[in-house]
Amino acid sequence: MTALLLHDLPFEIIPLDARLLLCSTPAGFPSPAADDIEEPIDLGTWLIEQPAASYVMRVDGHSMSGAGINDGDLIVVSRAKKPRAGHIVVALVHGDRTLKRLKRAGDRLWLIAEAEGYEAIIVDENVEIWGVVVGLARRY
Amino acid sequence: MPTPIALIDCNNYYVSCERAFDSRLVGVPVIVLSNNDGCAVARSAEAKALGIKMGEPVHLIRDKIERHGIRVLSSNYTLYGDMQRRVVASIESFARDFEIYSIDETFVDLAGFEDRDLVAHVRAMRDQVLRWTTIPTCVGLGPTKTLAKLGNAAAKKNPLFDSVADLRDETVRTWVLDRFAVGDVWGVGGATAAKLAALGIHTAGQLRDMPMKQARAMGTVVLERLVAELRGVPSGVVETIEPQRKGMAVTRSFGTPVNDIATLMGAVTQYAMRAGEKLRCHGLVAARLTVFFHTNRFKPDRPQYSASRMMALHPMTNDSFELIAAARRGVEHGWRDGYAITKAGIMLDDLVAAELRPQTLFEGDTAKRDRLMVALDNVNGRFGRFAAVPAIQGFKREWKMRAEMKSPAWTTRIEDVPWVRA
Repeated sequence: MTALLLHDLPFEIIPLDARLLLCSTPAGFPSPAADDIEEPIDLGTWLIEQPAASYVMRVDGHSMSGAGINDGDLIVVSRAKKPRAGHIVVALVHGDRTLKRLKRAGDRLWLIAEAEGYEAIIVDENVEIWGVVVGLARRY
Repeated sequence: MPTPIALIDCNNYYVSCERAFDSRLVGVPVIVLSNNDGCAVARSAEAKALGIKMGEPVHLIRDKIERHGIRVLSSNYTLYGDMQRRVVASIESFARDFEIYSIDETFVDLAGFEDRDLVAHVRAMRDQVLRWTTIPTCVGLGPTKTLAKLGNAAAKKNPLFDSVADLRDETVRTWVLDRFAVGDVWGVGGATAAKLAALGIHTAGQLRDMPMKQARAMGTVVLERLVAELRGVPSGVVETIEPQRKGMAVTRSFGTPVNDIATLMGAVTQYAMRAGEKLRCHGLVAARLTVFFHTNRFKPDRPQYSASRMMALHPMTNDSFELIAAARRGVEHGWRDGYAITKAGIMLDDLVAAELRPQTLFEGDTAKRDRLMVALDNVNGRFGRFAAVPAIQGFKREWKMRAEMKSPAWTTRIEDVPWVRA
């Protein structure tokens, strides 16, 4: 009987998948591309710059179509970015999530739709600005 | 003067996570249930005010739930795990080093920040967590971990502190310690508390003033170290206390940085083996495993990365093979090429005695597995640790646990993301 004591061995060689078998071992001239290999494009990391403070949401409705945001689109909402007039924001109005543009009129802030037929909402104690839209994703 | 330590702890963590995406849960009593919807494991302030106790079985409080319209949710560990990652990332820029103690508690090492107004500093940290995640927190500050923990409890209990208690201040420390029941001090068990009471020691303040010799004579090295920590002398007591219910951890720093996933897998496999041994030795099973790894935070000029992934264990287990499989899945999910990893570890949460483990349907023959684990421990006991190790792993078992009132995976699954009305 042969017994193999593994406890002295470095953990590098303890249980690993046999992935190496899948690699080819070129015996000839090394690939000229080997040094220029890059990762494939990752749209997620491009779209979401600050993952810890960013949340993905889905748009339900047409009130922001004038801003190029359509029903069913995915948006990236940042809680790290400070909301300012002019930003498109996600706000809680009486607790309901809504997507609008934040605008200043006189000395008050308003939530404004960018389509016909929606009323402006004044930002008062019933409104909480939840986050700022920093990205948009759509598939066709 | 020892390095100041802060403990930041999320308020009613699970409930706060749920409220982040469902505003109908704000301002009403909410409870979150354990695995299999058995008992209340998290309560909103409103639910606590209704007298609902931690761990109370839900079938005993049906009446109360209906009478007061208490909102009842299954636990959504996918959400809680992702939000924890966000909380930790929010804390990151406020310290050179930190230590995740449990899903909702993180110790923050404030070395290098001593010349600042640390109360303002931790308030800014708290504000950043609230802003990035919506999760409210409390912070305790102190010269030792024990005092930071006590400060945190005080900040949570007493609104006068406005969520931050600084126990580096002699007056505040005395005030808090004199009002803190000795049995509530971290690491003081019921039996020890009774022995202390017989000596007339009822508060943390009295424990601090207990002669060291007497503390040692009571039989535990933990108690002696606790006395030291209460006096402001760090003694590493946190590392020696095996948290009973909260969880256990196996972590290590690497001698040479690890740059490839295979080596990290090997290391994490070993930790999972060791954690399984520890669990079996204490007769416990775990419901969740978290694997984490990160680069050297003391070299900010190098590329920085940290990952932490939580895996649910269904059914709850202390089987090394299951733990290893979960840990490896976590590494697979979290791994990014191009970083020099210097520390890794795994943590087990939600521990219960093996015989109290909730049974699941389709569990199959676990007796065989149990015998295998006993054999494994015997072999390793005789021939040295890791004499026998699993050569491969490859089972994936995804049984649905009961979770009838579970919220969506708001932050991690694209088909579950919250809708916003436009």
